[in-house]
Amino acid sequence: MKNGQRARAKLSVEDMSGLTRAIRRHIVEMTAAAGSGHPGGSLSAVEILTALYFNVLKHDPDNPEWSGRDRFILSKGHCTPVLYSTLAEAGYFPVEELATFRKVDSRLHGHCHNSTPGVEHCSGSLGQGLSVGVGMALGGRLDGSEHNVYVLVGDGECDEGQIWEAAMAASHFGLDNITVVVDRNGIQNDRWTHEAMNLEPLPDKWRAFGWEVHEADGHDLGQMVEVLGNASERDGKRHTIIARTVKGKGISFMENNPDFHGKAPNADELKAALAEIG
Amino acid sequence: MATKVATRQAYGEALVELGRSNPDIVVIGGDLNKSTMTTLFAKEFPDRFFDCGAAEQNMMGIASGLAAAGKIPFVSTFAVFGSGRPFDQIRISIAQARANVKIVVTHAGIITGPDGMSAHGIEDLALMCSLVGFTVVVPADAEETTQAVRALAEMKGPCYLRLNRPATPLVCPEGYRFQIGKAEVFRPGTDVTILATGIMVGMALEAAESLARESIGARVVNVSTLKPLDRETVLQCARDTGAVVTAEEHLKHGGLGSIVAEVLGEHCPVPLSMVAIDEVYSPSGEAEQLLKLRGLTPERIAQAAKSVVRRKASPNGRC
Repeated sequence: MKNGQRARAKLSVEDMSGLTRAIRRHIVEMTAAAGSGHPGGSLSAVEILTALYFNVLKHDPDNPEWSGRDRFILSKGHCTPVLYSTLAEAGYFPVEELATFRKVDSRLHGHCHNSTPGVEHCSGSLGQGLSVGVGMALGGRLDGSEHNVYVLVGDGECDEGQIWEAAMAASHFGLDNITVVVDRNGIQNDRWTHEAMNLEPLPDKWRAFGWEVHEADGHDLGQMVEVLGNASERDGKRHTIIARTVKGKGISFMENNPDFHGKAPNADELKAALAEIG
Repeated sequence: MATKVATRQAYGEALVELGRSNPDIVVIGGDLNKSTMTTLFAKEFPDRFFDCGAAEQNMMGIASGLAAAGKIPFVSTFAVFGSGRPFDQIRISIAQARANVKIVVTHAGIITGPDGMSAHGIEDLALMCSLVGFTVVVPADAEETTQAVRALAEMKGPCYLRLNRPATPLVCPEGYRFQIGKAEVFRPGTDVTILATGIMVGMALEAAESLARESIGARVVNVSTLKPLDRETVLQCARDTGAVVTAEEHLKHGGLGSIVAEVLGEHCPVPLSMVAIDEVYSPSGEAEQLLKLRGLTPERIAQAAKSVVRRKASPNGRC
């Protein structure tokens, strides 16, 4: 089979919207079952990952090691609920396995580990994923490979100096096979990002480090598909997509609520959340 | 006087040879490439060389990404910048990721000299040996360095190789074959064992020579692989000689002495003396001056050997 032929069929925006509901349900159910985890920043990234895994990425869930696959790195590695839910829906492992999240005998660790099928790298200490992505992109270029690298970083994660070291290096090496998505949900662990550490002007910062910046609604599947698809072109540039999102998106009492950065819903909250998602 | 060659020189040359035979070898540096001698590789293989500037955290992540892409990255900087500075990146992006990254540091220890305490990597072995799955190697000389570089390229998994700035004596016997995880007896002896690593191997051999003049037979063992430690050889030597000295150019805490003490304490608690840097940073100075200042000398090793020999002979000498 030739490279690219293994990539799964692209889903339409309409077909994907049902998936986002399923993924949101998984996120609240698995964190509730675990009694811990990070629902807020997972819910904010649902459309980003859905657009990637069901439309943009070339990948093959039946062969996670396929060398021609695009690489996706979840640098904000605490948001494993959205990654595992998406991978399960894509077919990397059974959806039922999500119930084992954070359990001692589970493959679904609290933070990303590359032993989990479909998970490309280890993360959890913020700021490291983009550097790894730059290394993967350099390796891909050396081999003349056609695959791209996509790295999802949190906005609070952009406090980390290493993000900017990596951003500078990607430009220095002239990479055009790497794309960054910033999940701009405005909230980090303790509080709003502008209270913890002001990031603005964030688009200007990325531009100053040599990246083409695109701002888009991170909950609009159509926009995500379009902007991610455009960023995948080999046009000599690196693209940063600043996806404006809402932390806890889709569940009213979690939305814009820093408490749900790293807290699982209790039984009553789960019930209410599932009722809202529908 | 033995011929002196810098281990970093041997490294730079070995990398070029590796590069010629294996297209997957890539080299990453952090703006210290002239000093680490990786410019030799860069000159011949510019496409496979990546200078990340003075940004060591990023450099370790890039190395990990290149390893994930199937390359064999050698990443080089000074000991302080290749261990403590990017420790969290090494821990997560390399150790926990089980990435096939070879970290090769130069300018380790106080013999880095006049740059002073910030440049003296004396805690790197403690840090690197704490990382699960890492292989940690400290060659005794340039010849062992050449062999170790080849061996590390062939093995799969993360490694740390510790080299020095100044030229140091060639001490490995003719025909010596380095093996990862194998400690090698460089001189026979039955009264006491000196387990030495890195530049202290040469000094241990000198100490053994002087001990012989006092009719003390000191066995000298080159422990070039600190992790995984050759426990069998260490325990065999402890049983055979009943007294052990360790010698390293590193803090006492967490280095060769600590690692050996773990094994001996559990399995064969013979009298043990550690020659190492004891809870102190060092000033600027020439290498020889600093070694003397911190008691890293053949004389000090010989004294330590005599003290453990006395302790094993004394009825209450074990404690």
